[in-house]
Amino acid sequence: MDKIVAQYSRPSYQNVYTEQDQQELTESLPPLSLKFALPPVANVSYSNTNKVIHGLEAGCHELGVSGQSSGGPRSPSSQLWRPELPAERPSAFLRAMTDDHSNPSCPIKLAHGTTTLAFRFQGGIIVCTDSRATAGNWIASQTVKKVIPVSRLSRGEDKPTSEPTPGLLGTMAGGAADCQYWLRYLSQQCTLHEIRHKRRITVAAASKILANLTYSYKGYGLSMGTMLAGVTPQEGPALYYIDSDGTRLPGNLFCVGSGQTFAYGVLDANYRYDLTEQEALALGRRAILAAMHRDAYSGGFINLYHVKEEGWVHHGFDDMNPIFWKTKLESGEFSNVTSEL
Amino acid sequence: MAASKAIMRGPTIIKAEDDKTRQLNKNTLMAFSGEAGDTVQFAEFVQANVQLYSMRNDTELNPAAVANFVRGELARSLRSRSPYTVNLLLGGIDPTTQTPHLYWIDYLASLASVPYAAHGYAQYYCLSLLDKHHNPNIDLEQGMKLLGMCTDELKRRLPIDYKGVLVKIITKDGVKEVDFDNDKIVRSA
Repeated sequence: MDKIVAQYSRPSYQNVYTEQDQQELTESLPPLSLKFALPPVANVSYSNTNKVIHGLEAGCHELGVSGQSSGGPRSPSSQLWRPELPAERPSAFLRAMTDDHSNPSCPIKLAHGTTTLAFRFQGGIIVCTDSRATAGNWIASQTVKKVIPVSRLSRGEDKPTSEPTPGLLGTMAGGAADCQYWLRYLSQQCTLHEIRHKRRITVAAASKILANLTYSYKGYGLSMGTMLAGVTPQEGPALYYIDSDGTRLPGNLFCVGSGQTFAYGVLDANYRYDLTEQEALALGRRAILAAMHRDAYSGGFINLYHVKEEGWVHHGFDDMNPIFWKTKLESGEFSNVTSEL
Repeated sequence: MAASKAIMRGPTIIKAEDDKTRQLNKNTLMAFSGEAGDTVQFAEFVQANVQLYSMRNDTELNPAAVANFVRGELARSLRSRSPYTVNLLLGGIDPTTQTPHLYWIDYLASLASVPYAAHGYAQYYCLSLLDKHHNPNIDLEQGMKLLGMCTDELKRRLPIDYKGVLVKIITKDGVKEVDFDNDKIVRSA
């Protein structure tokens, strides 16, 4: 019996490290480094104000280094400057970490540049986007799908079929993560609505869910500019613009993102409500091309959708380059692009 | 060539019928924007020097020569203690070849020969339009129509009232101001 007790009360593995060994092992690990280029965060409230100011002046090199050098237990007086923790003032912290405009060396660069557009016409709604994701000057991806289906039936599948898929479409501009996450959340809410009420949600209601959400997070640093498009029996074709300020606007025509002005330029000049389907698709594609050509933060592929009464139809995810050269050579547009000196 | 008519100082429009262009010689015209004071000073300085050159040497400068002179002066001033902060568009007809030229010059003294150009916020709205609708063979009527499309777009989307534009055209016979309908009301979609 003793033998059995001894067998099971001993740890199953042989403990080769003594407690002291373990202590040394953890201490010899490189300290968690917080050596990003942090901008001074205004209004930091610490007990020892002098130290804070000193710490700010000395910059980030002090971080994580001086603390480790003194082996003994840290006395309360030798308080180090530390970056403001997210929990204390989340929006200020986020801004300090991500605001590219006021601090170009901020540690987290958000994916911001984009061009997306959507407009209503007699045949439904055209939704068109570029496909570039940027983080600062870095092109992170050229194949982003910025049109996100928002509905239970179509979520997650994007197979090339000619059959219309019922449901709403959302577009993504601003922070990629925020848009993806919250549009997925919206999708979930729409699905629940379908289950509870046995009918599809209206675009007005769906956009209101998102707008209330973004409004409740106002000031917390969300970054998104989305458009929701859909055709419902109650509303007909409906298009809403929702952004992270909490703005929610119904409308006929929206362009969102850093390339919006270029897209507006082309779109406004040629837009009519009674455009034919072919004209509308061509105009959407051309407006995005204009923005991809002029805006450094837009490019890649042209992603084109048409939302009709029966649902949305995908009209291709096409490389901009052959389209650009075709447009230039066949229509004589883009006459500033030359090989002449 | 078109330039807005408003002069703004902070929140106020202090003049609504301004001419932001200067004729440098018989067949070149320069439009300018930028820092108040600098713009007119620089434009008139250039104007005087181009005319002086013509008097001394008894020869008209062609647009390319004027553009490069302007660029040179701007580049020199950029490295001085108080540089001119002006953005310029310089258009002209070459008197010998009778070909039109347009130069885009910014306050950092970049010079580019281009088929169409804009400065300021107008660039963001108009360049995509011009990309689509411009081609070098259009006539005056189509050109004015295209300008109309640009100003319509600015009226639609710019939150600033620039009080219309002043339009001048440069031909081989010289520079003349033309009428332009600035009162058209544009409704956005």
